[in-house]
Amino acid sequence: MSIDLSQFLETFYEESFEGLETMEQELLNLESGNHDPETINSIFRAAHSIKGGSGTFGLDSVAEYTHVLETLLDEMRDGRRAVTPEIIAPLLESVDVLRDMLTALRAGEEPDPAPVAASRQKLEAVLGAAGGGDAASAATEATPGAPAAGWQIRFRPHPHLLQTGNDPVRMFRELAELGDLEVEVDTDALPALANLAPEDCYLGWTLTLRGDVAREAVDEVFDWVEGDCDLTITPLDSAPPETPSAPAETAAATPSPAAKADAPAASAPAKKPTRPAEASSIRVAIDKIDELINMMGELVITQSMLSQLGEAEQFGPEHIERLRDGLAQLERNTRELQENVMRIRMLPISFAFQRFPRLVHDLGAKLGKQVELQLSGEQTELDKTVMEKIGDPLVHLVRNSLDHGIETPEQRRAAGKPETGIIHLNAFHEGGNIVIEIRDDGAGLNRDRILAKAIENGLVGPDEHLSDEQIHDLIFAPGFSTAEVVSDVSGRGVGMDVVRKNIRALGGTVEVHSEPGQGSTFTIRLPLTLAILDGQSVRVGKEIYIVPLIAIIESLQVDPEAVKSVTGAAQVYCLRDEYIPIVHLAEVFGVQAEARRLEDGLLVVVEGEGSKIALFVDDLLGQQQVVIKSLETNFRKVDGISGATILGDGTVALILDITGLIGLSRTRATGSDATRAA
Amino acid sequence: MEAMQIDSALTGEVGDGSEDQVLTFTLADEEYGVDILRVQEIKGWDSVTGIPNTPDYIRGVINLRGTIVPVIDMRLRFGLPPLEYGPLTVVIVLRVESGSRTRIMGIVVDAVSDVYNLPEDRIRPAPDFGGAVESEFITGLAGVEDKMVIVLDVDRLLNSRELAVMDSLGE
Repeated sequence: MSIDLSQFLETFYEESFEGLETMEQELLNLESGNHDPETINSIFRAAHSIKGGSGTFGLDSVAEYTHVLETLLDEMRDGRRAVTPEIIAPLLESVDVLRDMLTALRAGEEPDPAPVAASRQKLEAVLGAAGGGDAASAATEATPGAPAAGWQIRFRPHPHLLQTGNDPVRMFRELAELGDLEVEVDTDALPALANLAPEDCYLGWTLTLRGDVAREAVDEVFDWVEGDCDLTITPLDSAPPETPSAPAETAAATPSPAAKADAPAASAPAKKPTRPAEASSIRVAIDKIDELINMMGELVITQSMLSQLGEAEQFGPEHIERLRDGLAQLERNTRELQENVMRIRMLPISFAFQRFPRLVHDLGAKLGKQVELQLSGEQTELDKTVMEKIGDPLVHLVRNSLDHGIETPEQRRAAGKPETGIIHLNAFHEGGNIVIEIRDDGAGLNRDRILAKAIENGLVGPDEHLSDEQIHDLIFAPGFSTAEVVSDVSGRGVGMDVVRKNIRALGGTVEVHSEPGQGSTFTIRLPLTLAILDGQSVRVGKEIYIVPLIAIIESLQVDPEAVKSVTGAAQVYCLRDEYIPIVHLAEVFGVQAEARRLEDGLLVVVEGEGSKIALFVDDLLGQQQVVIKSLETNFRKVDGISGATILGDGTVALILDITGLIGLSRTRATGSDATRAA
Repeated sequence: MEAMQIDSALTGEVGDGSEDQVLTFTLADEEYGVDILRVQEIKGWDSVTGIPNTPDYIRGVINLRGTIVPVIDMRLRFGLPPLEYGPLTVVIVLRVESGSRTRIMGIVVDAVSDVYNLPEDRIRPAPDFGGAVESEFITGLAGVEDKMVIVLDVDRLLNSRELAVMDSLGE
């Protein structure tokens, strides 16, 4: 037992959390009426693995708790207990309890015993077993086969034992394999030779088995003779060898394992290592790795082809063609390799989606609404980091749809809609982005109330005329919490502005589209990965900047007619009935521009934070994928700049942060930039 | 705590006071020294990418084998008259302790001069210049032969003013 188990502990946690997710999903399946035995089986297997693992790692609290759970599941599996909602509710709860316990243990803390005890009581109530009795058996089970110093076995076969086909000698041999066996024969019952029936057994034995032998192992040997003999098994140290009561096995056996169980429990907390900072890991499908190895092979072939070319004595024109081929191949290999390396970090979005069935189920029940959750596009892949960060905004949006979007069954009936509302989560790829839609068929956004609220809050002037989109967009404004728009079940304290902020921090956008009475659709657009960005290079004087392609609406040549001046200071560009402020990138960044007049340069219309600006630049260069490098590693955050990248010639180009740039241009326009330096 | 770090930076890794080495460079006839253990590399001046809305002494950033490294002009930082960059102009790449992390930064100097062994007792504390000189990042002055070397505290120098680490203050 000198193996260091701690290295497997992290894997145990990961697998346990996965197991819990499976349990949760399957339980919800069960609830929706799918009583497939395989469903119960997979729940049972998940619980069983957690129990086994936690026992191995000395997490006794988890093992004991899971044992109760497992007992219940076992009965369900065997069909001894019907699947009813009354059973599923505490089972679902137990998933949460286990998750909390494991999370606490993983963080090196003791789990809170109160919810564990409460949930356990509920499970035991379902089991119909007295709490105490179950606890005792759990304690015994928690240390299966606790070893003892040895066993004293009194074995008195009934006379007919041999007729059942059992042979004591063989049994003793089996015992001898378990440990040091001393056999004492008791010949008291042996009759006189004349009276001896050759097929009967008159002998009795007292066996002393020394060594680390589990009680179960001993029991197993006598499994077949049970009922055909008087058998007493006692631990060597604790009980007098000659306890006459034949069926007192369990009573006699209990003290020792229980005592043993205490010992590891006491020493466990001391052994527990304090976990270092969380090292996150990722599971990668083997085919992705195989693909990488293939690509690597191709790259090596290309490399050897090129190096052969380089070794040629004379570099003639016939080589040029081959060199070009080789370089083209190298480019393809590199691109494919890059794509595939990126794919390693990609996970199907089902990881983020899978918590929603439970959430919708619980919240729907709480709000008294009937909701059906539909999922599609779960196999759409996105970067692990993006996935982790999109979880909370998604939860918020789904809760929001359920809370404010879907109506109560009565309202729905009155509106002529089916009583059960539908929330549809959909994901798909579009260009270099992933699009996630949250669609409900509820009441839709209340345009008038939002507008009234916005005017009340001073977000909108009373006489401003806003399009429907602009009004819908108001729900994302800071200080415009949805809780104030429509009644809320709980003060969550998170507004839609936070959702938008979080999504924007990932370089994405969120929009809402709503039809009164038909429902609303929230559309989230995210880059597939945070490490690479599709960019448009623009030139201002000698400087080259990268504009994220996702932010660009269009680029155009300036029509002098469309440029209007506002109070002589600011300029706006009239584009299809929209007035867009013109921002001179050179001025904002304090660099020398080449073009003096607007006609000599180009306007790049970009959007961020829901507003548009037209960036005035000297020239558009190429579009390319750039690898994002942080400025903050060695420097600090710079307003209007989201990072840097390295261009093909090795020089550094800065990546524009459009949202920051809009803010920067506004503060500039108000002339207060000096005061905001801090 | 910080004072201790500075001491150890000057006295070398294991407090072996007699073997302190400083790399010196010149700025307008003045000779400055930095702890040689902080020097990562010395490279020739190459073009930089300017960072908007930063003081002029922050020349910009360069690509140092894939990492983005800011470059600070020491003449401008000390308010000395600027000098046109020439073939001798070099960038000294330094490792700077900023709070809990290490940052890589480059400083532009006129030329690299020499490496001296400067035991701790030869470094005299800088006199009080009475506000005329930002003296808080000067560790001390040391006489070498008939010259004077101004020994700089790299951490204080490159964490002052605009270069300070902002992220620890939150957003």
